Amino acid sequence: MSTVILLVVTGFGLGALYFLIASGLSLIFGLMDVLNFAHGAFLAIGAYGTWWAANFLPGAGPDGLGFLLAVTFGVAAGTLAATLVELCVIRPLYGRHREQILATVGLSLAVPALIQAVWGADPLTFPKPELVSGTVSLLDVHIPRDRFLLILAAVAVFTVLWLFNSRTRYGLIVRAGVQDRAMVTALGIDVRRSFTLVFAIGGAAAALAGSLGGLYFGVVTPTQGLSLLVFAFIVVVIGGTTSLTGCAIASVAVGLIQQFANYYTVAGLGDIAVVIVLALVLLTRQGGLTSKKSAERVA
Amino acid sequence: MSAAGPLLNAADLHVWIEGSHILQGVSFAVPDRGVTALLGRNGVGKTTTVKALLGLVPRTGRVDFGDVETTALPTHAIVTMGIGYVPEDRGVFSALTVAENLRLAERRPGKPRYELVHELFPELRERADQPAGTLSGGQQQMLAIGRALLNDNRLLIVDEPTKGLAPRIVGEVADAVARAAEQVPVLLVEQNLSLVRRVAERVVVLDAGRVIHTGPALALLDDPDRVRELLGVSRAAATTAGKATAPSSTGTTMTASTPDTTPASGATGTAGPDTPASEAEGRRTA
Repeated sequence: MSTVILLVVTGFGLGALYFLIASGLSLIFGLMDVLNFAHGAFLAIGAYGTWWAANFLPGAGPDGLGFLLAVTFGVAAGTLAATLVELCVIRPLYGRHREQILATVGLSLAVPALIQAVWGADPLTFPKPELVSGTVSLLDVHIPRDRFLLILAAVAVFTVLWLFNSRTRYGLIVRAGVQDRAMVTALGIDVRRSFTLVFAIGGAAAALAGSLGGLYFGVVTPTQGLSLLVFAFIVVVIGGTTSLTGCAIASVAVGLIQQFANYYTVAGLGDIAVVIVLALVLLTRQGGLTSKKSAERVA
Repeated sequence: MSAAGPLLNAADLHVWIEGSHILQGVSFAVPDRGVTALLGRNGVGKTTTVKALLGLVPRTGRVDFGDVETTALPTHAIVTMGIGYVPEDRGVFSALTVAENLRLAERRPGKPRYELVHELFPELRERADQPAGTLSGGQQQMLAIGRALLNDNRLLIVDEPTKGLAPRIVGEVADAVARAAEQVPVLLVEQNLSLVRRVAERVVVLDAGRVIHTGPALALLDDPDRVRELLGVSRAAATTAGKATAPSSTGTTMTASTPDTTPASGATGTAGPDTPASEAEGRRTA
């Protein structure tokens, strides 16, 4: 029983990490029809930004409020990078899917290479604040504290995105834009501004995933974003490309499947199990788990 | 035409879609009052013309709204100059509620005219929290028109508002268009000639991507032979259009069954050699 509890909590923790990455991907694809392969780069920028700030930024540090400041710095760096990418790279390429893919794939390779050129390819030890170090005992199970932080962060991001979508005018524009972007512009709304905002929000969530992923893995590497991005894409496809709720459900499902399959079968089989689930979803529900619930999309 | 010049002027508009030459030099003006009806058989380029005016499709030529050239402006900038648009497919957002659809259309600065919209369409108030996708076709059309009336616009562009509606609803929509026309100039794309007779003062007739006739509405509608010649409707329907006094969704509606693209005698333009424009639009955009 204790093993099951441990696997469930760690599965939720991993799912939370996937959600932080996939929610931004889902928003960007849903509204902007952009397959953003550069999303992993925002994650890497967030992770390295946090690491750099914790070590070198005055006022920031590896613990307490200093670490909070470091995470804020990393998230801000990721948000800024996402905004610049949207304005300078994506905006001139709207509607040109092939060029978008080429450009974002190029960025997904260039950014890790740049990071590697500056800080090297070796993993860097990520700072771990005392508050999230060690384990918590729950029903005689010792669960790493950082998993709870990840889950809390994912819940917070889900809530913020849900409020953004359901309570703000920009959210209204996003939900309408997912259905008919041209009609939104025909109402006199500059959708491009919403695009930039959505891209920035997606970048912020990915950068936060980078910061918290550093806690989860204990290290950061230049290619961490790339490997996590693969699972984030799987989550988006399984959950439905325009549904935040579907994205959350799929994130948890993928995290749990990976953890259980890896533990009860052979290490590494978890990844294969996730791909099998993806294939089953594609064969049976091409629009993802929430494909028939159009009213709930991006909500 | 008003003495102050047209409110909207389109000159030599050309649109190519996937290699097909859909609009082949469309030119016409919309005066600053009354209803101007844009007529033509299915697939001649009416909807594409409207989209070209709004910048929703790539086009060449020139469009002026008031004294501003809008050719190079993005759609949202053109619309915020004071255009309300009701698209052919209504363009309501099915996942949003009625209230959210209206709220989305609010334009700032300016006070949204909810009183006018709810006075015209009380159902929109009663169904404010209902998802627009669950409304009937007529209710969706009311929502689309209400959305366009919400702001204090200088021009309404309404694309086939009675298409696919039950005769009873056609009357309500016609009333709404007529009421709107009392307040703001309207460019009306319509195939229901009874509605055109009721509300329009001028007509612009398209064929094969070109303007083939412009002039007073009644002068055309009172001449069944001319109606038949320009719009391709049957003689009986053309005669009915000349006599009808109330809008109807049957009888006077131009149909898509006319297979040929009859060149119009006395027209200001004729179909070019690459006439498939009308067919192409019929397949893609009509």
